[in-house]
Amino acid sequence: MATSTVKKASKSAYWAGVRDGVPFIFVAGPFALLFGVIATDAGLTIGQAMGFSILVIAGASQFAAVQMITENAGIAFVLMAALAVNLRMAMYSASLVPFLGSAPMWQRALVSYLNFDQTYITSIARYEARPEMTVPDRVMYFLGVASPITPLWVIMTLVGILAGTAIPEAWALDFIMPIMFLAMVAPMLKSLAHVAAAIASVIVALLLVGLPSGTGLLVAAGVAMLTGAAVETWMEKRAA
Amino acid sequence: MTYSAAEIWMVIALLGVGTFLIRFSFLGLIGDRPMPPFVLRLLRFTPVAVLPGMVAPLVLWPAATGGQPDIVRILAALATVGVGLWTRNVLWAVFAGVAALYVGLAVTGLQL
Repeated sequence: MATSTVKKASKSAYWAGVRDGVPFIFVAGPFALLFGVIATDAGLTIGQAMGFSILVIAGASQFAAVQMITENAGIAFVLMAALAVNLRMAMYSASLVPFLGSAPMWQRALVSYLNFDQTYITSIARYEARPEMTVPDRVMYFLGVASPITPLWVIMTLVGILAGTAIPEAWALDFIMPIMFLAMVAPMLKSLAHVAAAIASVIVALLLVGLPSGTGLLVAAGVAMLTGAAVETWMEKRAA
Repeated sequence: MTYSAAEIWMVIALLGVGTFLIRFSFLGLIGDRPMPPFVLRLLRFTPVAVLPGMVAPLVLWPAATGGQPDIVRILAALATVGVGLWTRNVLWAVFAGVAALYVGLAVTGLQL
């Protein structure tokens, strides 16, 4: 080939990511708002609540940590519980390796900082649908998806802090997050193996719901991945 | 709450660093070294293996109702998944779920 071996990232990949990330502001916004309200109720200062949303950027673990702080649990327990909630992201990290592993270290570090449920799932769905994407384009797409959500996450936390308890319970903001996650995962159920994995995940997670937060989910995810892989292998053998 | 400001900041800092290290773990350390095919096959199921299990307890035993199963939330979840499977579109699925939730809450609210 006569073209340069240097692969340049295209701007269009970034803007495609922005476009796919924008809709999530409607669901991530209420969630961040709710965190601001709850953190203020718990007695955290504005700085502390913002510190959580900027330094941690992982909604579920932020809620878990604030909840346990209000219950006066020991610092070690607060950290263990909140980090356990985030351990699923180690799986996200591993599953991005085949797509982003050869990107420069600083880009992998940046993607890692921004690797939360919405950015991960939106990006991985795109990478799977378009295997021809270059690594720089994949990085740009990921950063594009993160671009609308991340500032909004921080701003809406602040709005929640300032609005305080003015948010009526009737808005049922608690259930926006489950709806968002279900909406992201349903279109990804593209084969019998994926459906089997999802069902295994639900069953095991419900059975282990009594375990400390996050740990049951890890077992459920492990069993679900093995189930999906086993069903896929079986289907390939049958088709052969 | 008996936590001092310094203790809360310590939690925030350690949770921030710990969460980053979890996210950086494999992507940072493995880089572009090849992974075994079976591991790659397992990892392809990551999204559908994590999210359903994360959401299932929230749907069946929502904190907002004190952990009591709530028919409105269960129906909203089913509407989300149904429309998501049908349209293969995240936005339509969110819209269906939110609409089902608010219509359901309005209807049950009228009965009270």
